[in-house]
Amino acid sequence: MTPTPQSPAASPAAPARVAGLGISFSAVEKRYGPVRALRPTSLEIQPGEFVALLGPNGSGKSTLLRIAALLSRPSGGAIRFRSSAGGESFPAARRRLGVVAHATMLYDDLTAEENLRLFARLYELPSASPAIDARLQASGLAARRSDLVRTFSRGMRQRLTLARALLHGPAFLLLDEPTTGLDPGGCDWLAGELRLLHSSGCTILMSTHQGGEVLSLATRTLSLDSGRVLRDENRTGFQPVLPPSAPFGAAS
Amino acid sequence: MATPLQSVRDREVSSASSASVSSSSTPRLFSAAWAILAKEVRTELRTRELLITTAVFTLVVVFMFSFSFDPTSAESRRFGPGLLWIAFLFAGTLMLEPSFLREQANDTLAALRLAPIDPYAILLGKTLANFLFLIITETLLLPVFAVLYNVSILPSLPGLALVCVLGTLGIVIPGTIFAAVTAHARMRELLLPLLLLPVLVPVLIAATESTAALLSDSPEWPVMGLKLLAGADIIFLTVAYFLFGALLEE
Amino acid sequence: MSLNRTLWLLTTLLAALWMAAAGYAIFFVAPDEATMHAIQRIFYIHVSSAWTAGIAYFVVALGGALYLIKRDPRYDWAALSAGEAGFAFTSVVLITGPIWAKPIWGIWWTWDPRLTWTFVLWLMYAAYLLLGTLVDDKQRRATLRSVYGIFAFVNVPLVWETIRWWRGQHPSPVIGGGTDPKSGLDPTMKAVLFFTWGATLVLFAVLTRQRYRLEVLRGELAALRQQAEDSAASPDAAAGGRPLVESQG
Repeated sequence: MTPTPQSPAASPAAPARVAGLGISFSAVEKRYGPVRALRPTSLEIQPGEFVALLGPNGSGKSTLLRIAALLSRPSGGAIRFRSSAGGESFPAARRRLGVVAHATMLYDDLTAEENLRLFARLYELPSASPAIDARLQASGLAARRSDLVRTFSRGMRQRLTLARALLHGPAFLLLDEPTTGLDPGGCDWLAGELRLLHSSGCTILMSTHQGGEVLSLATRTLSLDSGRVLRDENRTGFQPVLPPSAPFGAAS
Repeated sequence: MATPLQSVRDREVSSASSASVSSSSTPRLFSAAWAILAKEVRTELRTRELLITTAVFTLVVVFMFSFSFDPTSAESRRFGPGLLWIAFLFAGTLMLEPSFLREQANDTLAALRLAPIDPYAILLGKTLANFLFLIITETLLLPVFAVLYNVSILPSLPGLALVCVLGTLGIVIPGTIFAAVTAHARMRELLLPLLLLPVLVPVLIAATESTAALLSDSPEWPVMGLKLLAGADIIFLTVAYFLFGALLEE
Repeated sequence: MSLNRTLWLLTTLLAALWMAAAGYAIFFVAPDEATMHAIQRIFYIHVSSAWTAGIAYFVVALGGALYLIKRDPRYDWAALSAGEAGFAFTSVVLITGPIWAKPIWGIWWTWDPRLTWTFVLWLMYAAYLLLGTLVDDKQRRATLRSVYGIFAFVNVPLVWETIRWWRGQHPSPVIGGGTDPKSGLDPTMKAVLFFTWGATLVLFAVLTRQRYRLEVLRGELAALRQQAEDSAASPDAAAGGRPLVESQG
């Protein structure tokens, strides 16, 4: 892993070290009636990797992400989560997933703070307030915490969305085209956040159709087209943390 | 298609059955439902669109009914309870539709599904919110009804309250789940009443008969009516529990 | 011709013959009823259709439940087919009921508890069928339909109990004099009834099966279209494909 020249003490919002979550896909496919959104795909993502999904629209990136986020059930095959502590059940993994999608997944008629409070409650955070305050600070929205999300600009909503996704300190962050609608300043900010997260050990799976700084952070790229993985490139000589998972069907 | 057995096994392994989350505890289910209920109430307080519009609409309906016949005659005693409950049903079907449409705006439903909560908590939270809104509307409407139709409701108030509570539950439990069903359909404003009203026939009959018994010249406690209402509530709640999870899946 | 097709062709023939035989039995074998005379003969069609509709709705709920568990669209297709057939039989009940009532009571609709209950059922299953036409997404359509089908079926006894109690509060003429068809019936009448019921059951099976075949063919057509699109888009993509819906024959 590329060490980042940034000590946790320097920025108060630097995330604590997390034991990243890994995921393996075993012959996972997704069909919508006769349409094959994702053909049988087997791949493995190691804890702590930063994987970028590349490909045109309709190539299956969003489908792959939704399955990994446990939002969508595969039509065939199976996924499995692992960490250095061993296999993780779906309920346990769910607590450690963070998702940033096309839609903001925020309530327009609630304030920024109310939105975060709601999700804090749903994720059963022990003492919700410190994490909420910290996230608001980190996203630069502390001054607007009591304003309705309806009044936020696209960039601000994106910041709040990321704040919501990171609220519970996820070990695996999934992002679906997060740079859409962001100006260059916004992209810089996002790149900074992702760099921080990556250096703390969080696994990141991100789909993008743009190049740029955000993409350059990735340690591995998967190129998809028509529902299948065409290329899988390991970029920076990433050292796997865990041995490859045993094939399915073998005793585990 | 993969061999049925293999796909079943795969599905079991890959099954993101969030129902397994609920095996941890019921208090968590209620705490999540409460959080969602609070969210619904907070949204409603902020926009105030639902309550006010529904209350006014129901008022209009009750008022219009009184033009169809002479409301001061003894006949109004006979028709009154029925009209009241039809007005409540209309109010209910109107205010139920937004429950899940609201979640489509920014795909907040996905955020709720992502959270480590029992999906049933979502249904429970929204059902309770709808219950609250409808019962508030009914409470506002009962005095108006009493005045317009010259019916004395105070002596039978406890009984009426019970009938209203059980009857309203009977409306919102299937209503909320059908709101989830129609959220993805065309013509949903018409489809929801079409799906809901036939299913609510038992609730309408039992509630009307019970109300009539309570408001009659010789008021009596409508035991059978209340039993039917309670039975309906329990049946609806149980079926909703098993079916809602399937509705959220993709 | 495959065995399956031959069997179904024979069944269709059987249905036609059996219905014709039932018609004969109703008019010439069944004895004349004491009070209602000729019009009473409609009772055989009325009751048979009602029983068959009941079975149809059970199949709808069962198909829906199986779909939700297994996610195999064929269960939803079966449920839909049974639902359409059941709806047709329910319509027959609702039409024959008033026809029966008019000569006896002088009015078309008497708020008879069984008929009223049937009307509510008719409305619920009309909604079930309409729901399917108003949802564009195929996956969602099957799920939503299954949920409503199960809900409707579970609601059936509740509706019956409530309506029965309600009509108890407000008594009105009961069609058929309230006799339970299964007991207290002349043996020949019973025989004709069950014979007619058998005919409607076979007819139901044939109708359901034909409708199901239509859905299967639609599914195959969609799969073929998709394959054609796949091979048009990228020539090697279709190579790894296989038909999604095996031909049932």
